[in-house]
Amino acid sequence: MPEAKLALRGVQKSFGDNQVLCGIDMEVASGEMVCLIGASGSGKSTLLRCINQLEPIDDGSVWLDGVDISEPGLDLGPVRRRIGIVFQSYNLFPHMSALDNVLLAPRRVLREPGQDRAQALFERFGLSQHMHKYPDQLSGGQQQRVAVIRALAMRPEIMLFDEITAALDPELVGEVLNVLRQLRGEGMTMILATHEMGFARELADRVCFMDAGVILEEGPPAQIFSKPQVPRTQAFLRTVLR
Amino acid sequence: MNRRQAYEAAQRRRALSVAGVSTAAVLVAIVVLVPLAPGWTAVKASFFDGGIFVQTFPTMLRAFLIDVMIFAWSVPLILGLGLAIALARGAQAPALFPLRIFGAVYVDVFRGVPVVLTIYLIGFGVPGLGLPRPWNSPYIWGTVALVLTYSAYIAEVLRSGIESIHASQRNAAICLGLSPRDTMRYVILPQAVRRVVPANMNMLVALQKDVALLSFIGPVEILRQAGIYKSLLANFTPYVVAAVIFLCVTVPATRYADHLLNRDRDARS
Repeated sequence: MPEAKLALRGVQKSFGDNQVLCGIDMEVASGEMVCLIGASGSGKSTLLRCINQLEPIDDGSVWLDGVDISEPGLDLGPVRRRIGIVFQSYNLFPHMSALDNVLLAPRRVLREPGQDRAQALFERFGLSQHMHKYPDQLSGGQQQRVAVIRALAMRPEIMLFDEITAALDPELVGEVLNVLRQLRGEGMTMILATHEMGFARELADRVCFMDAGVILEEGPPAQIFSKPQVPRTQAFLRTVLR
Repeated sequence: MNRRQAYEAAQRRRALSVAGVSTAAVLVAIVVLVPLAPGWTAVKASFFDGGIFVQTFPTMLRAFLIDVMIFAWSVPLILGLGLAIALARGAQAPALFPLRIFGAVYVDVFRGVPVVLTIYLIGFGVPGLGLPRPWNSPYIWGTVALVLTYSAYIAEVLRSGIESIHASQRNAAICLGLSPRDTMRYVILPQAVRRVVPANMNMLVALQKDVALLSFIGPVEILRQAGIYKSLLANFTPYVVAAVIFLCVTVPATRYADHLLNRDRDARS
């Protein structure tokens, strides 16, 4: 039984004939921040979706606090509320105000009012004045921050971020990254799939380079970005850091 | 006014005058040519008798209230049953499989049979079982026939609305730990219903017209009242009265539905 907060053992996932994850092993300690980097299609998003069991895995196992959460037939509701996820496309509910987006899950799942907590979160991330607006009245950066708040309102133990700045205008990326910085400061356990290399270098405890469904190389950001060992990693970093 | 605006204004003036002239030409043709038809005098006397129009109008309007009443109590039943059928058709659990089959058969049957036939079969068939009053009322069984038919249509529209909601919305809800039931109720359905309101408005306009089909099984609503007047006065003008009354309701309702559709399309483009 793995000791880590989150552990992946030989995780495999295919879509039809296309094998997207070819045996992923990974451990994430409590309070650690791990960045997944790699080209589009290397399996970063799928890996995140397999961690919170949004996609059932084909083989291997995913362990949360020493419990196998990839066990077929397991009730996933309680698992998913412990793992928050934020998507590239925000996926706010368009028919609800920002506040109602945040309150829905605490009310329905945790059976608590959640109002005070939600307001505190909006305040913490500088969105109090936008609380009652609808998603289409908010900028992309604001919507994405609301999506982060919505996930945090469930008091998750781990947060997954799936290229959450990839759809944003460049001038809005900063405000979303600041939210992550803040979370990092509070010791949240986080896994990010990202193309923001500067950000990964600045904040990650560990960087994993993914290629063709495997983690090809991993290590502290200083090592990965300055002295990558694997030729494929070197080639990838040469293209993106140019 | 810059050059472009001047050009566009000239174009608009031109289009307006062409439209005006051609409309006037068509109107004149109708007003002049139709009365030249050999039977025009007879048709005019039997369909467009002003005296009869005025004489029958109040009673016809009262009879139309019956149509409106039947419409009014049918709508909530149709929406409720339509929603239930739409949800039944989307049921995933294996235990609910019979419900899915039932939903599919239901929709096939009641969309496949002409409304008037359903009304005949149910409106004459069920009271034929010898039910005691008031359970043999044609109002009840006519309403049932309309509800069965229209809920099948509404169910299909709703189902398409539910399926049009992007999977990412469902994923977002599931990832927050919401149950499938809460996901449907709080995330999918509210969006789906909003999206199909215009289509359902058109459905309800059609329903308002089809209420008149109940005249075949008894209720003295507007169409039957027109038939009574026809026999009494040997004149078809009451049918024209009925048509005018229907138009007064259905045209604004259709325009409103179109307005909703357009607004919806603009909002999404």
